[in-house]
Amino acid sequence: MMQIDLSVQHVLKRFGDFTAVNDISFDVESGRFFSILGPSGCGKTTLLRMIAGLAELDSGRIEIRGKDMAGISPNRRPVNLIFQNLALFPMMDVGANIAFGLQRRGESKSGIREKVSAILDRVDLAGFESKRIDQLSGGQKQRVAIARCLVLEPAVLLLDEPLGALDLKLREQMKVELKKLQAKVGTTFVYITHDQSEALVMSDYVAVMNHGEFEQIDTPQNLYSRPQTPFVAQFVGDNNAWSGTIRNCEGTVGEIETDDGFHFRSELHQPLPVGAAVDLFLRPESMLIQPDPSLPDLNRFEVVVRSTLFDGANSRLLVHPVNAETELLVALPQTHQYDYIQKDDTIEIGWATPSGICFPK
Amino acid sequence: MRKKSIYSVILIVAFWAVGSGIVLAEELALLTWKGYAPVNLVEKFQKETGITVKVTYSNNEEMIAKLRATRGAGFDLAQPSQDRISSVQQQFKIYQPIDLSKIDSKQIIPSMLEAVKQNTMVDGKPHAVPFCWGTSGLVVNRKFAPNATDYSDLLNAFYNGRISYRLKRPTLIALAFAAGENPFAKYSNEKDYEELMNRIGTAMIAAKPFVKSYWTNGDALLESMRSGEVHLAMAWDGAGWKLHAEDPNIDFVAPRSGALGWIDTFAIPAKAKNVKAAYKWINFMLRPENAAAFTNAEKYGTASNGANQYLDASVRANFERCFPMRHIANIKWYPPVPAKLESIEGKTLDKVKAAQ
Amino acid sequence: MDKNGMHDRLRWGLLLFLTPVFLWLVLLIVLPQIDLLIMSFRVESGYGDSSWSLYNYRQFFEEPIYWLTFVRTAVYSVLVTFLTFVVALPVAFYITKVVHPRFQGFLTVLLLLPFWVSELVRVYGWMILLRESGVINHFLLRMGLLQQPVEMLYQDATMIMGLVYTSMLFMVVPLISALESLDNSLIEAAYDLGANMGSILYKIIIPHATPGIVSGSIVVFMLTLGNYLTPNLMGGKNSLWFTEQIYNQFIASFNWNQGSAFGFLLLFLSSVIVWLGLKLTRQNLRKVVQ
Ligand SMILES: Nc1ncnc2c1ncn2[C@@H]1O[C@H](COP(=O)(O)OP(=O)(O)OP(=O)(O)O)[C@@H](O)[C@H]1O
Ligand SMILES: [Mg+2]
Repeated sequence: MMQIDLSVQHVLKRFGDFTAVNDISFDVESGRFFSILGPSGCGKTTLLRMIAGLAELDSGRIEIRGKDMAGISPNRRPVNLIFQNLALFPMMDVGANIAFGLQRRGESKSGIREKVSAILDRVDLAGFESKRIDQLSGGQKQRVAIARCLVLEPAVLLLDEPLGALDLKLREQMKVELKKLQAKVGTTFVYITHDQSEALVMSDYVAVMNHGEFEQIDTPQNLYSRPQTPFVAQFVGDNNAWSGTIRNCEGTVGEIETDDGFHFRSELHQPLPVGAAVDLFLRPESMLIQPDPSLPDLNRFEVVVRSTLFDGANSRLLVHPVNAETELLVALPQTHQYDYIQKDDTIEIGWATPSGICFPK
Repeated sequence: MRKKSIYSVILIVAFWAVGSGIVLAEELALLTWKGYAPVNLVEKFQKETGITVKVTYSNNEEMIAKLRATRGAGFDLAQPSQDRISSVQQQFKIYQPIDLSKIDSKQIIPSMLEAVKQNTMVDGKPHAVPFCWGTSGLVVNRKFAPNATDYSDLLNAFYNGRISYRLKRPTLIALAFAAGENPFAKYSNEKDYEELMNRIGTAMIAAKPFVKSYWTNGDALLESMRSGEVHLAMAWDGAGWKLHAEDPNIDFVAPRSGALGWIDTFAIPAKAKNVKAAYKWINFMLRPENAAAFTNAEKYGTASNGANQYLDASVRANFERCFPMRHIANIKWYPPVPAKLESIEGKTLDKVKAAQ
Repeated sequence: MDKNGMHDRLRWGLLLFLTPVFLWLVLLIVLPQIDLLIMSFRVESGYGDSSWSLYNYRQFFEEPIYWLTFVRTAVYSVLVTFLTFVVALPVAFYITKVVHPRFQGFLTVLLLLPFWVSELVRVYGWMILLRESGVINHFLLRMGLLQQPVEMLYQDATMIMGLVYTSMLFMVVPLISALESLDNSLIEAAYDLGANMGSILYKIIIPHATPGIVSGSIVVFMLTLGNYLTPNLMGGKNSLWFTEQIYNQFIASFNWNQGSAFGFLLLFLSSVIVWLGLKLTRQNLRKVVQ
């Protein structure tokens, strides 16, 4: 059994009538990269600030390495927070920024100097001590902010959308670096973001948050392939959505009649009574283009191609069923196999029963 | 385009009319002491002559500084003390000679007119006529200081923390008299005068702990006497009598070594714009009933001949009570101050103020 | 058009634009001072005639009461500046960082309110409160906290309080604008990294607000040094302020030459003090004026 570095139990936070964080509980094991993923305004920062001690809880309990944090001020907690805007101190140079926390602990001058240069080495900024903050690039600032916290060897490092301000290319690069860094130092990371790809790429576990509550805590793979709620299904990855009604149910396989008149067989999340209204989700890559007629048990139907959305490995076809207006996205593998498909062509689409993700309304 | 320029011409004319309208209403710019231009007299004067009086309050030193800065412009009439005119006039030429033919001299007590004429004579021409007179002496709260009789009591530890006076030249002169000297006799000898002032300054510094405050503003002094914060002050007789009317315990006392007599005058600045109005105001203020109205309000003696019959009984009583014949004879009238003395006095006063 | 011609044109345009400014500076600010400057180097001998001399400046250094008064005035002004800063910083911090933004404007106006009346009225207000027969003594006696009224006026401490009160605004306003630009997350980050209130103040808030502190301090120092009314009325018998000495030279002693020499010495020495202050805090004026 691994040590629990951070344990959050029934935490609740209100701003007036508005509940920003609603009865959230989770544990993070030592050395994990734990992400909290949710849309803007869902309460991520508020939760993180409570863990750091910068905001008070209305109820609940936060433990760090088994110690209750109630009444312990932020400067005494073994956690450090990397702010959404990094909050580097512009009045100090890089070295002083990183030494700030160590000096507050009253460590010796030479010890501090050594630790600062070691941590700068770690984040690939060796020799940057005397640079001013405004001389750094975005990615370098990022790493200084991380170094400033890591040098204190916190039990848990909290990161509040630290990549938000970077451009796309740098963000992609930093994602990988951050993950590597975390693996190298082994510190427990709690990372919040509204960008699902960041969460999926880096994390060991991801909690999906919505309206102040956690919808699902799981590994990235499970979140993607087995979402537990419609919100998760829609928020994590792209999905095609139908609404429909159960016409027949055998175990966890149901026959669904969609509102635009299709009959599909799909895996159900749980057995449902006939006549129940459901939402059916289907990932673009679950849909096969012109499937081999010999493949059994496929839900097959004809669609008209509206356009091709080229995006490298992530290219799609935008289509609609022959006799309906519903827009669907279909993955388009870049293998030249489907180069013949033109706009306004009619093609056949098929998908297998286990690919359907179905929730009662 | 044409229309626009017509408008602007109209606008300019309008501004000019408004601006000159202020000038057209005849005005007298008067530089004087607080209380020397009572509102009712100013109104009466305006009714009689149509001239508005614009009053600026000041004191001797500031009057001289103001007129010196403008070389005698900005005011039509000033009211310096008679002893502060001749040397200032010699140095800075800030006044013009007074034309006695335009003064109704029958209205002025002859001996006083003559004295002022002599004392303000520069290049053979007089520069001022008298308006009022008064003395500096002690203002005493008899309840607490029944035995205060001379300026030397201003240095008396017995009145610890209840003494107030001005850090101005009259205080130095008064203390010199109280010390048995005659400072006026040393006016002509700078060296002796400086030595005397140093001696007085040393005595003042030694007695500084007993002082409550060096007053600068007449109203503030009246207030601290009224409230009982100050029991013994050096001030003008008029101030003492004003307080006496409110609280019989407080009164003016002519000091044993002599009250210091001053005469405030009318003098016309060198670049006065409205000289005619200045003469009108002088003659108006010295008319017996007007002069009496002033004295009844401010309690200072008047230079007006025949004002006596209009004076209130209480005002006459003030003079009779505080100035029996022997005190009148003992009044030390200020002679004209030669140049340079002010520097010596100023340094002494600075030293006193700076001493801790 | 070639680049040079363009450059020339720009220069002429700038010159044309600056001429009125320059004229204004010369005519209204420099010229009157020149008259005084000349006066300060002359001494009058007797009636009317005068000659060139350094006598007026020598007087300042040779006569202890003059330079001692200046030293006293300068030391007190520095003290007032420091106290004003100590009082103003929490006020500015409270207004910018603690109070709800809705009340910020209101509080700032409240702070401005005393300055709607003249300094004279404000000082008289203090005098009414503090004098021996004043309001505060009255209440203290009434409540039995005092047996005898005490004179609270006419003391250096009272005078300093009055000067601090008068200067507050000139310190609070630059501090507010300096602190407004301070990102709250910097304070929180420092707190999170283990800083306590003291080190947040010294390491984050004061360094960030330094330009505001310096400009506020210069203004307060200069205003205090040049104040006449407050030291005179509230300080009472011991409070010789250097400005009063200048006033005395001009008004009481009629010695304009000495007075203008003192005036220039005040200007020069206070500039030296400000310069020293800037050097000591390693600030430069250009940064502060921004
Ligand atoms: N101090 C506060 N007072 C009132 N409401 C607040 C306060 N702080 C946050 N909120 C509200 O709480 C909700 C959650 O805010 P929070 O900052 O935690 O969102 P977030 O998930 O971090 O969003 P983002 O991704 O945009 O940073 C928001 O609706 C916000 O308006
Ligand atoms: Mg946030």
